[in-house]
Amino acid sequence: MNRLAITAVVATALALTACSKKPPAQLPPAPGQAVGPAQSALPPSGPTPGTEAHFQQVMNGRDVIYFDTDKYDIDSDDAAALRQQAQYLLQYRNVHATVEGHCDERGTREYNLALGDRRANAAKNYLVSLGVPADRLTTISYGKERPVALGSDEAAWAKNRRAVTVILQ
Amino acid sequence: MIRTLLALSLLASAAAVSAQPVGAPPPAPQPPAASTGDQGLTGEVTDESAWQDLQVAIPAFATDREAPTPANSNGTTALGLELSRVIYNDLKNNALFKPTGPDSLPRPGYSEITAPNFGTWRGRGAEDLVQGYVRAAGDGQLTVGCYLYDVGLGKELTRGGWVVAPADWRRAAHKCADLVYSRLSGESPFFDSKIAYIAETGPKDHRVKRLAVMDSDGANHRFITNGQATTLTPRYSPDYSRIAYVSFLNGYSRLYIYDIRTGAQKLLVNSSNATFAPRWSPDGRTILYSMAIGGNTDVYSVPVGGGSPKRLTDSPGIDVGGSFSPDGHQIVFESDRSGSQQCYIMNADGTNEHRISFFGGRCATPEWSPRGDLIAFTHIVGDLRIAVMTPSGGGLRYLTNDWQDEAPTWSPNGRIVQFFRTAKGSGQTSIWQVDLTGRNLRRLPTPVGASDPAWGPVLP
Repeated sequence: MNRLAITAVVATALALTACSKKPPAQLPPAPGQAVGPAQSALPPSGPTPGTEAHFQQVMNGRDVIYFDTDKYDIDSDDAAALRQQAQYLLQYRNVHATVEGHCDERGTREYNLALGDRRANAAKNYLVSLGVPADRLTTISYGKERPVALGSDEAAWAKNRRAVTVILQ
Repeated sequence: MIRTLLALSLLASAAAVSAQPVGAPPPAPQPPAASTGDQGLTGEVTDESAWQDLQVAIPAFATDREAPTPANSNGTTALGLELSRVIYNDLKNNALFKPTGPDSLPRPGYSEITAPNFGTWRGRGAEDLVQGYVRAAGDGQLTVGCYLYDVGLGKELTRGGWVVAPADWRRAAHKCADLVYSRLSGESPFFDSKIAYIAETGPKDHRVKRLAVMDSDGANHRFITNGQATTLTPRYSPDYSRIAYVSFLNGYSRLYIYDIRTGAQKLLVNSSNATFAPRWSPDGRTILYSMAIGGNTDVYSVPVGGGSPKRLTDSPGIDVGGSFSPDGHQIVFESDRSGSQQCYIMNADGTNEHRISFFGGRCATPEWSPRGDLIAFTHIVGDLRIAVMTPSGGGLRYLTNDWQDEAPTWSPNGRIVQFFRTAKGSGQTSIWQVDLTGRNLRRLPTPVGASDPAWGPVLP
């Protein structure tokens, strides 16, 4: 949830400044947090490694990649995020994950189910190309049925055109 | 319920008539109502509306004797009033007639039903008159008689009679409305039909989507699934015995068949791949569906009774949806093989695929009219609008102009298109109907948000 809030803020900021349809809105990879004085003892208090909560914490927003309207290609931002995901999945070898494909609301329901499947598979295939065994990854498309950003504007749609990697418990 | 279908049987017209008391003295004529004024015809005359301004009077149905009935806690007299109200609303809501309902009309007596007081009705400006009666038999069954008269000519145009179980009293009213509609318009009937749809509740990011059904006028609403899993895109089988739909039960997008009689649900295609977009063939023996394998979606067909699925399309793009021509020989579907969603037609065996939409924008969710003459679809150019075209892709015509209208479904007679509308921002959904002129648009009353309507055929 924290992740969403942060992602949303950055995405909005980017959307306002850029004409690109694509505000992947990734935070810079957390150097500030790593040196924070409060980070004394990570392992004892944090979530258990290999869980979705831990994955989210480590990914820090990079468990999600974003797509342009009607597109499903993996660009450099997506690739960077997927590399980090792959690293995690290769580190925790018992972990299974599913990649959820999602679309914005501006399309018909069934086509969006198919488009979300394309996006989920684009992400999965990239993870597999990085060495993650295919049998540890599944996909599911929710089409436009599960938006995270609730507005009916370009900034919201950009956040909803996404593929989310979720650790299965 | 199958049982209710069987319970409704057409009576011989003669029987309905012979049941009338003979030679009963007609009651004193009702005093002509004060002039209703407003005789100005303001409706636009269109190609389909030569009879659009027809003034049809629909007084309360009479009863031979007041009797208790499970269909109405106030007995058959009150039921007679409700019957005529249902008929009035059917005819009014489709904007083809100018009906006057029972609440502003005198109530004819039982003996008047077969011998109308034409003078009274002429005085009220009625051109046509719908009268009827309801009788409760000892076993509880209801007999409903329906008579249509031309007031000017002073003559009967048609009549019908039905015996229904008390729970099905509204069907008798819809049958009467269908009789009147067909006789006056020359079109096929459609009121006695049902709609399956997705009932939506909750906020946009936690929307609960349940399978639900209702009569064509929104009555007899019923939820079928409990909302635990998201359900989408229901389709009635042509005989109304089953509903095919998509459920995300257990984390997969899969196709299920719901048996209305038994309540049993059965997985249609056992696959770890996502399956969606179910469509019945006109004979009810085959279901089309879409399956995504590794990001590539194609259209398949499978015998409902069991058998191997057959892959119909084979493009690297997304091929999805589909709708059979009424004769079952062809299928219109959508594909983005050209780079964007467009509509294509193929033979039912998957041969001879060819694109039909070349008018710009995107062509999505094509649905073949039951009459065969038109294909309704969602046209996407920024906004999503409902449009129709001919099966050769010509004659593009918009029926709606709003922010997001999608997923058309035809009335059984191919004269009305139903679809769902999404509100900008809130994402609230609602079901609407529009006629082929595009002028008569109305929202269908549903208890909660509503999407993915699927209109079934006229009930037998």
